[in-house]
Amino acid sequence: MSETVKTKKVVEDNPVNQYLRLDRMPHIWCPGCGIGTTVNCFARAVSQSVDDLNKVSIVSGIGCTGRVAGYMNLDSFHTTHGRAIPFAIGLKLANPDQKVVVYSGDGDLIAIGGNHFIHAARRNMDLKVVCINNFTYAMTGGQVSPTSPLDTIATTAPYGVYDDVFNLQFLAESIGAVYSARWTATHVTQLTKSMKEMMNKKGFCFIEILSPCPTLFGRRNKIGDGLDHMRIFKEKGKVRKGMAAKDASITDEEFPLGVFVNTERRTYIESMNERYSKVFGPSYEPYPEGE
Amino acid sequence: MKADPKGVLTGTHFLDGDHACCEGALAAGCRFVAGYPITPSTEVVERIAARFPHVGGMFVQMEDEIASSIAILGGAWAGKKVMTVTSGPGLSLMMEHVGLAAISETPCVFVDVQRGGPSTGLPTMPAQADIMQARWGSHGDYEVIALSPNSCQESFDLTITAFNLAEEYRVPVMFMLDECVGHMLEKVVIPEAEKIEVTPRNFTKKKPGEFKLKETDDSMIPEMVKAGDGYNIHVTGLTHDERGYPNLTPKIQDQLVRRICDKIRNNADKLYMAEEIMMDDADIVLVAFGITSRVSMKAIDMAREKGIKVGMLRLQIIWPFPETKIRELSEKIKGFVVPEMNLGQIVLEVERCAAGKVPVVPVSNAGGAVHEPEDIFNAIQGIVK
Repeated sequence: MSETVKTKKVVEDNPVNQYLRLDRMPHIWCPGCGIGTTVNCFARAVSQSVDDLNKVSIVSGIGCTGRVAGYMNLDSFHTTHGRAIPFAIGLKLANPDQKVVVYSGDGDLIAIGGNHFIHAARRNMDLKVVCINNFTYAMTGGQVSPTSPLDTIATTAPYGVYDDVFNLQFLAESIGAVYSARWTATHVTQLTKSMKEMMNKKGFCFIEILSPCPTLFGRRNKIGDGLDHMRIFKEKGKVRKGMAAKDASITDEEFPLGVFVNTERRTYIESMNERYSKVFGPSYEPYPEGE
Repeated sequence: MKADPKGVLTGTHFLDGDHACCEGALAAGCRFVAGYPITPSTEVVERIAARFPHVGGMFVQMEDEIASSIAILGGAWAGKKVMTVTSGPGLSLMMEHVGLAAISETPCVFVDVQRGGPSTGLPTMPAQADIMQARWGSHGDYEVIALSPNSCQESFDLTITAFNLAEEYRVPVMFMLDECVGHMLEKVVIPEAEKIEVTPRNFTKKKPGEFKLKETDDSMIPEMVKAGDGYNIHVTGLTHDERGYPNLTPKIQDQLVRRICDKIRNNADKLYMAEEIMMDDADIVLVAFGITSRVSMKAIDMAREKGIKVGMLRLQIIWPFPETKIRELSEKIKGFVVPEMNLGQIVLEVERCAAGKVPVVPVSNAGGAVHEPEDIFNAIQGIVK
């Protein structure tokens, strides 16, 4: 009995509880899934970097990671498949005081949403984009995604994946992201720190998180359960300071981790204000740029 | 409330229908537009791009129509009045977000300057063939409001109405010009701001904790909030309960989908907006909209000269369809003639409501050019004989 009471107390005191919609628990994620771990890191990062939670909005697309928005006790938007970024652009441009986070999966952001990802980064839209890369379309049952490693099995690649994969770090750098990092769901300390940096940085920031999907990727590819996949992340995940993003491809031998891009560039609204001020002179009232 | 004078270009102007639509949006208080170029609608966003820096608006040309159609929903939840602008191929791409706007009850305006289709079709030539798409284009059951102007002046006036109705009913409002109305130039009188009524967003007065995102009273239309107000809302395209939380059960599905349909269906008579032309003694009634209604005037003159009593019901609001009016007319007239620049869309609605009581004669035209008045006149004569 006393043990039960103690457990209850610990749960009530969990520091991330206030960032979650506890009335929506239990969540839908499978045992061994890495998404929940990353949400814990995100909540901690927010708690350490944001004073006014009313100024944070979170937008998701569709899929397992698409459910993140709905579990966060923030203004949250669960949009359509692949379109979290353009929704977030609308939200941010119409109210620049909001810090707008996009939290979605590899299929959502990089396949169906790939064009939006490219153009949002090119224009340096002031968004914080978190991509859970679990190497598969999990919600729909384990189909091949643009990040499914070569030779792995997916329901729509039953004889093994044969098309080349994206190196998301190189992609993010080439399209103009001002911040781009890769971590795994095992590297919680580094991930939390990186998310704090993201929350405090202006411009298009991107964090890719390798995450286990034991149900639909791990099982089919004989990786084992979530913990086994986490062990692989720990063994093969190597923090590579100074490695060029173009060299940071995920291979059988190594998963290069770290911050691959950290630079400064004027944001979309700053560029617009600069242009209009030049053209219209002092008569132009600058559009709010947010904090 | 009255329009913000900052956006109102008071005066007498010579404008095309696209530019008049832009000025209507500005007068209505629209301050966020996302769009993508497509003939024959581009002039609307070109003028928005030129005008917005001077009124504190945000225009963004997105990478495609899909992005444009969801960026405006983001803009609406940030508190702005929003619009996107396109033509047929773009409207096809936007359809998923018409559905998201419907289920999330996001006030927004989709402008469609219609050209010939299907597919790339006739990019620079008129049609009125997106009428059913405007109503049914997204999957699932939902309702929209659709308006159609037949002059440049009305393009200005009805754009304001479109924004007002979007706020009142929290639905996507489809503003259906055709290429002729979009590209023709006419006199447009823009009144002073204090003479323009605009509907403000119905923001809740409830405090966080008391407010439920989708709780409604008899109006069936929930109150709204915006991101950053402290309500920690959850907006989702999934079927959801009063709190806005996903609830994937047949019971909640029934409640939600019936409500978002009934809030329009139950107000269909209130949403009747049509010009009744020479209807007092009419035996035969033309049902027309957009540029076709203006061509029809010539056919009416030709018929009246021959002593045939013809009138016209000129639809300004097309959806919800004026069922009651058509039913009433079918009790007392001898027949309907329905000229439209498509192979038979609104005529199906007229037939449905007339329910076999009187003949309903389509005058179809696949698009590319307006009707010959003689073709409409011949259809009128056909009923008389």
